[in-house]
Amino acid sequence: MQSTQTSFEKLRKDFPILQRTVRDNKTLVYLDNASTTQKPNQVIDAITDYYKNHNANIHRAVYALAEEATELYEATRDKIANFIHVKNREEIIFVRGTTEAINLVAYAWGRTHIQKDDIIVTTEYEHHSNIVPWQLLTQEKGAKLEYIRMDDNGELILDDLTKYLATGKVKLVTFSLMSNVLGTITDAEKIVSKCKEYDVLTLIDGAQAVPHMPVNIEKLDCDFFAFSGHKMLGPTGIGVLWVRKSVLQTMNPFHGGGDMIREVHKYETTWNDLPYKFEAGTPNIADVIGFGAAIDYLTNLGMDNVREHEIELTNYAIEKLSKINGLTIYGTKDISKRGGVISFNFADVHPHDVAQIIDEEGIAVRSGHHCAQVLMERLNVAATSRASFYIYNTKEEIDSLINSLNKVARIFKL
Amino acid sequence: MSSNADIYHEMIIDYSRNPINYGKIENPDVTFHDSNPLCGDSIDIDMKIVDDKVSDIKFHGKGCAICMACSSVLTEITKGKGIEEVRNITKHDVLSELGLENLQAVRIKCALLSLKVLKSALYSYLGKHMNDSQDVDKLKEEAANLY
Repeated sequence: MQSTQTSFEKLRKDFPILQRTVRDNKTLVYLDNASTTQKPNQVIDAITDYYKNHNANIHRAVYALAEEATELYEATRDKIANFIHVKNREEIIFVRGTTEAINLVAYAWGRTHIQKDDIIVTTEYEHHSNIVPWQLLTQEKGAKLEYIRMDDNGELILDDLTKYLATGKVKLVTFSLMSNVLGTITDAEKIVSKCKEYDVLTLIDGAQAVPHMPVNIEKLDCDFFAFSGHKMLGPTGIGVLWVRKSVLQTMNPFHGGGDMIREVHKYETTWNDLPYKFEAGTPNIADVIGFGAAIDYLTNLGMDNVREHEIELTNYAIEKLSKINGLTIYGTKDISKRGGVISFNFADVHPHDVAQIIDEEGIAVRSGHHCAQVLMERLNVAATSRASFYIYNTKEEIDSLINSLNKVARIFKL
Repeated sequence: MSSNADIYHEMIIDYSRNPINYGKIENPDVTFHDSNPLCGDSIDIDMKIVDDKVSDIKFHGKGCAICMACSSVLTEITKGKGIEEVRNITKHDVLSELGLENLQAVRIKCALLSLKVLKSALYSYLGKHMNDSQDVDKLKEEAANLY
């Protein structure tokens, strides 16, 4: 069987930034895709085309440009519905990104439904965006925030969930489908079905999962789902919140303003239909359209193929990294349970020093706490280095990473 | 163009492996903690102040090689100096000692975290011992212009 690598390598020509060099004329090796991905010409062109040929505000005016802009904008909503398997397009709300999506839920759902002594359950491997909004809400309401712990293999201890659900006080369980640090893929269907036994709502942070594997919201059967455009070839500043209609109907608006209203009088207002009730003001039209082009790109590739390509790269990288003396990889090595994110530490060298030395070789990895300080505390480390892969990465690039780590070993006399 | 990796010379590696003045002081006269939200580096500095002189200083915490080396050098410079002299220590005193004058912007906060902690410790000590509100205002201005 021919490796998927060959066909994926051809994609590199679509990404102008991958052609440039960095530092001392070194080829760019971009391995920080969990943070944000690079953009193909198709996405850049879609944005340019909107501004050059169709720029107008949407949902308002009757002239030709406005009609075109509205059609382009709304087409992305349909593309997303197909991409993540959602039947009702009015359940899809455009937001700035996953962070805003979760804050929207904490504000517009949480302020109505959370009372004193209620419990919200999150996990030890969440991004700050799935912790801090819940701290703000529970502190305001006198409610409690509890954590599902993580075992040494980087997997969640679901007995904790059972214990909290048994109290009868849990109103929401919120977790990421894939950890942005460990790459652990959460057993979401198991968590959701447990929660359903107790009529507890579930929110899934899909920021790391949707770009890298097929995601089917019907099958997940959760109540809230959030993800970002810029981690999946799309522009920054655009993301999606999906909310089950029966839940969405119980929520107050997030922002008040134009486009979210039906009628405004001096002292009262009635709301627009879903999803527009939650999209106040002129939205990020250009980037929604760019996001649509990114979805087209990934749809053409096929998300099964994307996942397969990343499994191949991740297996290769774990095998190579494991051979380096003194290098610790965090999380499970069972590839069926992890995505293409590898966090590691190299002996006693601080991740900042690792990142700076390998940057000289043109290699871009992230170093730091990855907006997951609760997880860093659990791992008992200050920081990690993190390499994360995407469709355009190759085994040769992983070899470059390995070679550059040898340079770190030389400088630090490991 | 000089390579950024040149900053990892022998002295930096040695200091980061074997930091000077690393640890805690029992019953310090002043102690201060700060961290760098960007990378999670965190530094504590304890000082003993006798007759307006820093008679002992120690630091502890977590940080990269640059942060640890600069903390070592800074505490070495500070030890035994009078309060006013410590007040006049600048970032250049620390950076030049380690040949880091051209450190790129993204790493300068690693290098100067301990200086920020030292000055904050000093200001909190001075603030407690000052009676003149004009002096306190001057101190606040100095603190605001640290970088």
